[in-house]
Amino acid sequence: MAALESSPRPSLRRRGAALGGVVPPVSLLLVAGAAGLLVGCLRSEVFAQLTVQGLALGAVYGSLALALVLVYRATRVVNFAQGELAMATTYVAWQLIQWGLSYWEAFFATLAIAFVLGTVLEVALVRPVQQRSVIGAVIVTVGLFILIDGVVNWVWGGEFKYMPSPFGTKIYHVGGVSIARLYPGMLAVVLVSVVLVWALFRFTKLGLGMRAAAFRPAESALVGVRVDWMLAIGWGLAAVLGAVAGLMAEPSQFFLEPTLMQPILVYAFAAAVLGGLDSPAGAVVGGLTLMQPILVSAFAAAVLGGLDSPAGAVVGGLVIGVSLNLVVQYVPAISSELQAPFAFAVLVGVLLLKPTGLFGRRQVRRV
Amino acid sequence: MSTLLELEDVEARYGPVHALHGVSLAVEEGAIVAVLGPNGAGKTTTLRAISGTVRRSGRIRFAGRPLHRLGPDAVARLGVAHVPEGRGTFSELTVWENLRLGGYTRRGSIQPELERVFSYFPWLSERRRQDAGTLSGGEQQMLALARAFVHRPRLLLLDEPSLGLAPVLVAELFRIVRELNEDEGLTVLVVEQNAHLALQAAGAGYVLEAGRVALSGTSTELRADDSVRRSYLGY
Repeated sequence: MAALESSPRPSLRRRGAALGGVVPPVSLLLVAGAAGLLVGCLRSEVFAQLTVQGLALGAVYGSLALALVLVYRATRVVNFAQGELAMATTYVAWQLIQWGLSYWEAFFATLAIAFVLGTVLEVALVRPVQQRSVIGAVIVTVGLFILIDGVVNWVWGGEFKYMPSPFGTKIYHVGGVSIARLYPGMLAVVLVSVVLVWALFRFTKLGLGMRAAAFRPAESALVGVRVDWMLAIGWGLAAVLGAVAGLMAEPSQFFLEPTLMQPILVYAFAAAVLGGLDSPAGAVVGGLTLMQPILVSAFAAAVLGGLDSPAGAVVGGLVIGVSLNLVVQYVPAISSELQAPFAFAVLVGVLLLKPTGLFGRRQVRRV
Repeated sequence: MSTLLELEDVEARYGPVHALHGVSLAVEEGAIVAVLGPNGAGKTTTLRAISGTVRRSGRIRFAGRPLHRLGPDAVARLGVAHVPEGRGTFSELTVWENLRLGGYTRRGSIQPELERVFSYFPWLSERRRQDAGTLSGGEQQMLALARAFVHRPRLLLLDEPSLGLAPVLVAELFRIVRELNEDEGLTVLVVEQNAHLALQAAGAGYVLEAGRVALSGTSTELRADDSVRRSYLGY
């Protein structure tokens, strides 16, 4: 009897399975990279500064990458509007602050609004189209990209907006290295939100229902899971992660404009693909590669322990963040204008060489 | 005993193809009822019509409530567990998570159900951390059944439980189903190619042919029927 392959892309999965044995080397690679970074940080202050900055930016890419991965896993749709959605919710936060809310009040109110927005978009726009064709739904997200861009420009105008930094302007001096509080702050906020999402998926009944609905909608309905609700909640959660990414990206750019998330979306795609679109864990790792050894080994452990967790997207984001920052500084041929093409090159390279990404899960099926 | 499930003139179609042309049947509370018939007679579709996984019309009542407008998740929440043909397991999730999904519609602790299931299938407890996809076909079948027991349904819909299982496992499976039926009054509607087994376990049965009920009666009556004997029992 032939294997019952449930994947809509069996050839891709099998190709990944053939390469799947490299998971331990990937974690070794991450640890080695982290060690290299540590040495670099100890030897050069500029290197250390760039690394910390890169980690913070990488965390932002990672959380947007995670949003992409959540949507992709739940509905098999790549949401090109994810970055614009994040940008729009950042404007919402700006507006709330203008109306007199404190930063953190606006932060949490924005997350709630983002959740509702993501859910409504799935129910009202994506679902009706997706029932006919998945590619149709992807095209809808491209349309949404343009629509959101237009609406934001129309409502708030194209000129720069300024938002207070939630972390103040304090600068830490560690050894000879100066680090703005902004960067560890960004990193902490993003990682906490990622961990919360991971815990939701891992430890709650709702999370179990969402994973089941993403993997096997028909069987999930048979055990009483409301599949439609789960998919909508998945979009809502993705929008929340995107909002966190947008809010944390804003202070690092120092102003808010409608194109805020466009380069970040490219990096997030690179991170998501690097980590493996199918594995939320992979996307996180993509961004995180150049992180402190402890964290990397924690990630390596997570990888070895089985990656049905949102870690991959974040690591993907961190790898991208740090490597972008360092490449621009140390490779003379690549200036800062070439950052996005560099991320894109990583994306294409991964798709060509290892389509399942660093953390694409090896599919084990018995016949 | 009261009627738990009643189908009246149920039709179902896959696109333009009519699979059921007005099936009527009744299942008493606490009974095991078998559905027999050749391939393509609509046995699986009958179960799917009940659980709402196929477009259907006609009247379906479960415990006095109409089912025919409900989706599969709502039917499951009313206490119907459908173990589909082949492997109904979530191969990407662990054995433990599969069992927890069985209790998805239940509020509160599912610990007693889990313990009961582990007493029937002790190996499930040892392998609870394993991905369900790494189990053999027979083990996945058992897991699907165990998941349905955790659901603690009022009505269990079993589709070809013997398919691909070793005879010793099939006998074990039917023994467990009968035990649950006798001890806890679990009502079962089972579709089975193996008419011997099905009529042994069931008190009554229906024979479907071309999307209609061709014959019905108690197991003893069906066993005595010439056409059933020739077509399904083979002697």
